[in-house]
Amino acid sequence: MQIDENLIAYLEELSCLQLSADEKQRLAGDLQDILGSMARLGQVNTDGVPERSHPFDVVNAFRDDDVQPSLDRALILRNAPQQDGEMFIAPQTV
Amino acid sequence: MTALELSAAMQAKKIGVAEVLQAQFTRVEQSQCNAFLALAKERAFARAHEIQAKIDAGEVLSPLMGVPIAIKDNISTKDIATTCASKMLQSYVPVFSATAVEHLEHAGMIVLGKLNMDEFAMGGSSETGHFGAVRNPWNVDCVAGGSSGGSAAAVAAGDVPLTLGSDTGGSIRQPCAFCGTTGIKPTYGAVSRYGLVAYASSLDQIGPIGRDINDCAALLEIISAACDNDNTYVMQQPFCFDRSDCQGMRIGLPRNYFASGIADDVKQSVLAAAREFEAAGAHIEEFDMPLMDEMIQAYYVIACAEASSNLSRYDGLKYGYRSDETGDLQTLYKVSRSEGLGLEVKRRIMLGSFVLSSGYYDAYYKKALQVRALIKQAYDELFARFDMILSPVAPTTAYKLGENVDDPMTMYMGDIYTVSVNLAGLPAVSLPCGFDKQGLPVGLQLIGNAFDEAKLVAAARAYQRRTDFHTKLAGGAQ
Amino acid sequence: MSWEIVMGLEVHAELLTKTKIFCGCRASFGGEPNTHVCPVCSGMPGALPKLNRAVVDCALRLGLALGCDITRHCKFDRKNYFYPDLPKAYQVSQLYAPICRNGKLGDIRLYQIHMEEDAGKLLHTAHGTRMDFNRCGVPLLEIVTQPDFRSTEQVLAYLEQLRETLVYLDICDGKMQEGSLRCDVNLSVRRPGEDFGTRTETKNLNSFKAIGRAIAYEAQRQIALLESGQTVTQETRRWDDNKEQSYSMRSKENAQDYRYFPEPDLLPMHIDEAWLARVQASLPELAAAKRARLAQEFGLSEYGAKLLTEHKELAGLFEDIARQSGQPKEAANLIIGEIMRLMNSTNTLPEDVRLDAGKAALLIALVVDSSISRAAFKQTVGAMFTHGVDPQAYIDENGLRMVNDNSAVEQAVAKALAENPNAVADYNAGLEKAFGFLMGQVMRQLGRAGNPEVVRKVLVAQLTIAEKPA
Repeated sequence: MQIDENLIAYLEELSCLQLSADEKQRLAGDLQDILGSMARLGQVNTDGVPERSHPFDVVNAFRDDDVQPSLDRALILRNAPQQDGEMFIAPQTV
Repeated sequence: MTALELSAAMQAKKIGVAEVLQAQFTRVEQSQCNAFLALAKERAFARAHEIQAKIDAGEVLSPLMGVPIAIKDNISTKDIATTCASKMLQSYVPVFSATAVEHLEHAGMIVLGKLNMDEFAMGGSSETGHFGAVRNPWNVDCVAGGSSGGSAAAVAAGDVPLTLGSDTGGSIRQPCAFCGTTGIKPTYGAVSRYGLVAYASSLDQIGPIGRDINDCAALLEIISAACDNDNTYVMQQPFCFDRSDCQGMRIGLPRNYFASGIADDVKQSVLAAAREFEAAGAHIEEFDMPLMDEMIQAYYVIACAEASSNLSRYDGLKYGYRSDETGDLQTLYKVSRSEGLGLEVKRRIMLGSFVLSSGYYDAYYKKALQVRALIKQAYDELFARFDMILSPVAPTTAYKLGENVDDPMTMYMGDIYTVSVNLAGLPAVSLPCGFDKQGLPVGLQLIGNAFDEAKLVAAARAYQRRTDFHTKLAGGAQ
Repeated sequence: MSWEIVMGLEVHAELLTKTKIFCGCRASFGGEPNTHVCPVCSGMPGALPKLNRAVVDCALRLGLALGCDITRHCKFDRKNYFYPDLPKAYQVSQLYAPICRNGKLGDIRLYQIHMEEDAGKLLHTAHGTRMDFNRCGVPLLEIVTQPDFRSTEQVLAYLEQLRETLVYLDICDGKMQEGSLRCDVNLSVRRPGEDFGTRTETKNLNSFKAIGRAIAYEAQRQIALLESGQTVTQETRRWDDNKEQSYSMRSKENAQDYRYFPEPDLLPMHIDEAWLARVQASLPELAAAKRARLAQEFGLSEYGAKLLTEHKELAGLFEDIARQSGQPKEAANLIIGEIMRLMNSTNTLPEDVRLDAGKAALLIALVVDSSISRAAFKQTVGAMFTHGVDPQAYIDENGLRMVNDNSAVEQAVAKALAENPNAVADYNAGLEKAFGFLMGQVMRQLGRAGNPEVVRKVLVAQLTIAEKPA
């Protein structure tokens, strides 16, 4: 498949990135190579093979519905670039 | 001195905890390797005094009580910056510690500082971090391997006796091979991932790096203790590392791993190690590893897919880097992420977005999950025949800084022997097994069946009793 | 030619679990901003989810109650998108293997029910956006129907029935105004018999009224477009109930690609027979079944049974009182009359009504055997409702017991007749109102506690005797 400007722009959008012209060019080339080599997966016969998203077939890890103390608000907000003691703040309106 | 010997000496009051700590800090401060990103001096000395008081009171917390340890910088440490070697998290200071860190602190170990790495653990050379490359203590012009390059280099340089690393596709084993240290990549689910900043959640695992297998096993015992907050932690019973021989063990040797694309020095060292295991009572049998050419592809599809989602939370709103950009919110997101994340991270996020996007999901992501199932199945069949598999860790020894950093395909191929272990969730140990012509270390790995760490440790002990590669430190450090 | 409106609903129900879906923070509504928050629900690096078993139980309760197929091996997926109310930039939801499929509510076929986490709240100010993560991770069930609705009435009836079912199952409080029940409407129009048209999704519908208005608006809008030769764009629209119109939300052409994939931080769930049987056994009787049973068992009118079962707390109270008193009609009248009136006037919610069924049954016995008057009954119910008084003690303290004792009444009547010869004479002369005067006199003698029926009888008897010459 061909990695073109449109696809790079689409992936930027999905990835929430804004690449420089240089980065775009480099990544277009890299993606072309890498995805080209990944295409070899298509040659593996996987008919009837279930998808494995976890290494083991373990199931059912639960927690009981018991209240645990929440974190102190000052700690929740501690790393925020901008906050007012109560909430996180984004300078822009949505 | 190994970490266990050091702890024994402290517990026998032959040497003080603070004294040991001071000696380590002195070494770290003279280090040339750029292995450390932060030192926690004040906190460490306060802890040292607490631990000393306990030793004086006759309390025994663990066989590693009092031992200083340094932590890879993608493992959360409460009140100590945890940057993942990224500009994005340059000023991020966690409000909680990873479960593994809590466990080792309960065991009386002392966190000395945080270790350099590839940015968000994405890389195989520890060159992609925002704070500069880690240098190999055996040759500072060479890479230390990655992504846990700082963790291996710090041990190899004698800066600290034990470290924690993390392994998603070889990130503990490969720097161990490059730096001549010993490491364990535990079975997926044997160590809590709580507090490990996620790269690829279904592959990531925290593990120990040290001078020998006994130190690593002792630390693994501590960090694999029970955990309440990771759904994927599945340890049923504690490890019991009481065996130390490989008598009668059946060890498989993947013939096709040695056929091409492997440096001759590496090949010869690993084959020599196979003979050593044989001499120690194991049976070596060759076989052909299936799907060898598809492993890397499946790994990168899955790892990048998960990474693209895991790293979406870095948006400059809750923590981390925020750009001064004053456009709309979408622009703020994009610019903050683009300025805060490095090229390799962006490359993997873009790849991950692609393989999950509508229209490509089935051909790439779903297919990779199916290939993953086949790889797991292949290993299941192999472990019906073998107790473990012996293989090289990496096709080469440490290469020159900058040599591969702009060539992602070559870089990715360096993971060829390691990634399938993560895809199948298996444990593996990485052991030093020789040196190349330039005097750089070579490593081997033993891959075991799930939760068969004890077997791997037993065989590794047998090997290290017969060899002395692991006793050598870079630059003759003690 | 007429147009047919085709609709499907997506309802989000916030669950009544104590804690959030993936962490131990409180799931309750409200609280100071960012005080029900921890590293997990605020998406801090390295934090991991741990699934609340009670959320799965809630989903199974609803699924079994609605006759759904339960996915025995189900799992969570991540839905990826960037928005400030979503701290991880993905919502943990279910796409590939939702816990329930199919099933029915009334005539409406369900498509699926799945578990997911709620997002936080944003406060928009002139200077930016403030973010409160208290609601992040509150467990939700999303109940998705097939496009089976053809009218607003059908939609509202379904929602009322769904709300009632959720409340009966104890899994959601059903309060639309607090956002614990939210509804998105997928709507398209077509000529009868044609294929489905292009649909839009309208969000932000916070009341039944808003839903009705939004449906009318959107149907008209689409019809107008089509009749003027234009086309309907597939889009998400936001309803503004103040302006009574909807508008297209920010273009989402690209962001629609949510890149769902299996959530690697959570293990799949395996729901075995034993688990299902346990949930099945714990299911309460649902409103419709209760309605039919109460009507049949207690001989209630359809209307009465409907009123009584609208709130399961009141239905339960009714049933207890009816059984204990053996007077179902009295019990029904008590709830539908006095109790509902008191609830209205004091703004009391059904779950907050504190009325002891045994004591209420006793009170009914007292009024039925004429120990107290209807007025005294009402007065006592009021005191029980507001102050939780014991009815016996209250009646005694306030002298509400009626005098039914014949000899006491006879004495009082005799005394009244003796004291009021003129009135007796008037009565004998045929002056009817003199009887009322004499009744009043007797009741005064009895401290107003006389049973009027008894007094009347005795008075008539004695007047008849008195009429005869001595």
